[in-house]
Amino acid sequence: MTNHWIDIRNSDCILIMGSNPAENHPVSFKWVTEAMKRGGKLLSVDPRFTRTSSKADFYTALRSGTDIAFLGGMIKYILDNHKYFKEYVAEYTNAAFLVTDSYDFKDGLFSGYDPDKKEYDKSQWAFSKDANGVSKRDRTLQDPRCVFQLIKKHYSRYDLETVSSITGTPREDLQKVYKMYSATGRQGKAGTIMYAMGWTQHTVGVQNIRTMAIIQLLLGNMGVAGGGVNALRGESNVQGSTDHCILYHIWPGYLKTPNASLQTLAAYNEKFTPKTNDPLSANWWGNYPKYSVSLLKSFFGSKATKANDFGYDWLPKLEDGKTYSWLDLFDAMYRGQFTGFFSWGQNPAASGANANKTRVGLAKLDWMVNVNIFDNETGSFWKGPGMDPKKIRTEVFMLPCATSVEKEGSITNSGRWMQWRYKAANPPAQAWPDGQILMKLGEELQYLYKEKEKEVYPDPIVNLKWDYATHGEFDSHKMAKEINGYFLRDISVKGKHFKKGDLVPSFAYLQADGSTSSANWLYCNSYTNKGNMAARRKKEKSGIGLNLGWAWCWPVNRRIIYNRASVDKYGKPWDKEHPVIAWDPNAKGGKGGWVGDVPDGGWPPMLNADGTPNPKTKYPFIMKPEGHAHVFGPGRADGPFSEHYEPIECPVNKNPFSNQLVSPVAVIYSTNMDIYKSCDPKYPFVGSTYRVCEHWQTGVMTRWQPWLLEAEPQLFVEMSKELGKLKGINNGDKVVVESARGKVEAVAVVTIRLRPFQVQGSTVHQVGLPYHYGWVYPKDGGDSANLLTPSAGDPNTRIPETKAFMVNVKKG
Amino acid sequence: MGLSSEKKGGGMNVTRRDFFKITGTSAAGAAILGLGLNLKPIKSHAQTLKLRFAKETTSICCYCAVGCGVICSTGESGAGKIINIEGDPDHPVNEGSLCAKGAALSQLVNNDRRLTTPLYRAPYSDKWQKVSWDWALSTIAKRVKKSRDASFEHKNAKGQVVNRTNGIASVGSAALDNEECWMIQALMRSLGLVYIEHQARI
Repeated sequence: MTNHWIDIRNSDCILIMGSNPAENHPVSFKWVTEAMKRGGKLLSVDPRFTRTSSKADFYTALRSGTDIAFLGGMIKYILDNHKYFKEYVAEYTNAAFLVTDSYDFKDGLFSGYDPDKKEYDKSQWAFSKDANGVSKRDRTLQDPRCVFQLIKKHYSRYDLETVSSITGTPREDLQKVYKMYSATGRQGKAGTIMYAMGWTQHTVGVQNIRTMAIIQLLLGNMGVAGGGVNALRGESNVQGSTDHCILYHIWPGYLKTPNASLQTLAAYNEKFTPKTNDPLSANWWGNYPKYSVSLLKSFFGSKATKANDFGYDWLPKLEDGKTYSWLDLFDAMYRGQFTGFFSWGQNPAASGANANKTRVGLAKLDWMVNVNIFDNETGSFWKGPGMDPKKIRTEVFMLPCATSVEKEGSITNSGRWMQWRYKAANPPAQAWPDGQILMKLGEELQYLYKEKEKEVYPDPIVNLKWDYATHGEFDSHKMAKEINGYFLRDISVKGKHFKKGDLVPSFAYLQADGSTSSANWLYCNSYTNKGNMAARRKKEKSGIGLNLGWAWCWPVNRRIIYNRASVDKYGKPWDKEHPVIAWDPNAKGGKGGWVGDVPDGGWPPMLNADGTPNPKTKYPFIMKPEGHAHVFGPGRADGPFSEHYEPIECPVNKNPFSNQLVSPVAVIYSTNMDIYKSCDPKYPFVGSTYRVCEHWQTGVMTRWQPWLLEAEPQLFVEMSKELGKLKGINNGDKVVVESARGKVEAVAVVTIRLRPFQVQGSTVHQVGLPYHYGWVYPKDGGDSANLLTPSAGDPNTRIPETKAFMVNVKKG
Repeated sequence: MGLSSEKKGGGMNVTRRDFFKITGTSAAGAAILGLGLNLKPIKSHAQTLKLRFAKETTSICCYCAVGCGVICSTGESGAGKIINIEGDPDHPVNEGSLCAKGAALSQLVNNDRRLTTPLYRAPYSDKWQKVSWDWALSTIAKRVKKSRDASFEHKNAKGQVVNRTNGIASVGSAALDNEECWMIQALMRSLGLVYIEHQARI
């Protein structure tokens, strides 16, 4: 989230699309309700009428997988009706930037497409530069090659009639949503979006979100209170686990994992340190080498020296052009590439798309380590449906771990708040905290690789700094301090003197010469000489809900990021009622300073009080090399603007916007278990997955609890009354839901919450299932809905398309 | 009034919850006046018992990422058995409220179906056997070493130094603490793993 949960109360209009926080993030809805009490409007857009919809001022449905068409229509409406916030758009976004003539878009394809590689050459989507190497701009937004004019042209095709024909949403409903939401384009008004997997789990997932980001920028909703782009993160620490980058493509703090072609630290830093010739751009990623070197110092401690490139060689390099994501990983496992596999607090046999493929893959391993609180479909896969233990060689180590109240440490919520958890009780019997398991396994491995003289490349293992225990027990404070970072010798930075062993006060003090460590620069400032910031408990008594003294928030306790866009060029808040920051000329003894939230950099406003430009200022979007938010996003794999394409499995054979039915760069796989079926009479209905309040993810933690299981005991499939009639299925009947990849048994819930869609003159039915169940427990509770979902992914993130696929439903 | 309960991490100010503790039954009673049937004496007695004789520890709910504050009550001996988990009224996000899952948290912790000892399934076996941590960790380390060493790639086909392990993969976990998350990626990367993923990708 760019903003945070409490801030939702400041919103004038909340759009919740493809998500159901009233059910899945119930306490967040407290702040939606609070916004509504204060006059804010709630819009719910979802294929299914949900608990969230029941509280909305207005609800309408769309067919799963058509969000870009729906939102593309909103962009057209905003531009046609002059609902955009012109000053914000012209000054703070790249709408004024001129694009080179090589950029083009024809019949569903952007320029630079290579049909053999199924890839775009993104260099064709560049900005025109002046003699100084700075992007050319037309702040009047009139130049035919400026982004603003290109966006107008691109989305002019998203008229109400076409959008309605493909989404199945009635025209008048589209207009109503567009009108209500775009009213937040006025100065002082803020609209926000709450979204989650309903947008990400598509082959166009990133572009779903980009379309909304474009809308938020056109309306001036980024950086302001009650605005932002707010992902409803589903796991208690999925924000933190992503920040610390348990992901193949990034190192902690969103640094890049090096490719093989980057053979030295210098080449690596050069490649990923962006440059700008614009003196008014902060270009914050220009600090990249300070963060990468500090990270290497945390990895390898005193063993990382300037002479050995701080241990850069010791860390693995990816093959250029190759991906190693979740779908790739399980594809490689299915192909028999791995002998060993770790699964920490996760249940891929039920949670991943095309779960049958995953389950077969697990049987090809020599060994697996499964760490969990309860038995689960992954650890016990060898005795699951269709498996014969006598034929499966995989050794399995199932290790019992502590629950969150049986250990100490921090987690980071969706609003980027890092909050400390204390230990309340001991784990039962032989269960251990994961930190202790990791600590001991690491020690055991270091022992093995130190034992003999000539091991296979022992350097990274034996040199890994692994001293996070106190009296033999994992000590989360030691690790938390290392994540923040230390000064490793006495030095002076920015006029301040620090001693060896001092904790670094913030990432502005990190160095690229090995004199500082920080295991994650984004968290530098979280645990300082002043103490553990995540454990703070000072609540805000008045104000807009920032709660600057409660816990800690990255970066540097900034509660609303991009907040320099919440003020005009003089530093005055656009919204006087909900100021995030404001420039106070009398602050700091008359030198002037920002008050309110921690600003996105302390530079003064763009204009002096007399209207003259201030050369010391910086543009507000400091993480972008040119300081402007990206309405035109040339870094994406599938285009600088979004475009409607159908899901890999879809119920139509014609895309009204172009001859490209599906994304030309969507990720699909080719084993005999990767089967995709579109417009196949055997699988005529759209399927989608979702959650219920009483269970969590694959249900590993909740299926074992009596209250929760009693409330939601088994797998069900929701369908419309019309579909029930068509298939002779009554409410409560046992049915079989089947896709090209698998089938599950479920109880039919025949309901008016789902309605058939009218799509291009035909009736399209949609069904939905929760994915919380699995064969291990309870008996007859049903198996995972992910047995149905396809292993197809987004070309940017490679997140699987589990929200729109094709199924059949029949009486069981 | 004797306040034997201790809440770690609390601020110095008197919070709403402290206020209830200090003012005791009268405040709790006032909150339910006007409901008709008066259940006040029994309810407030139970509440007092918990507040007087339990140790309180603050935590954050382990399910979704709203990050609701909870208060865990344990027996007086300290890190004993959880006797209650409830919403933290002083927490600014949830202000004491919890969803159905959060409200049932004590059933996650006190659950006789939890795994309580390391288990091992041998090749081609149809059952689990209990094993010790020592045996499990030393055996896992040997398996890791064998797989890593057999699949370790010092240089790729182009002769570039890559120092990676192609034969082991790891997933998880967004359910762990930040400090543990950092350790997972560090340990796996030190082994040369490139297939390192978790819930954020799905």
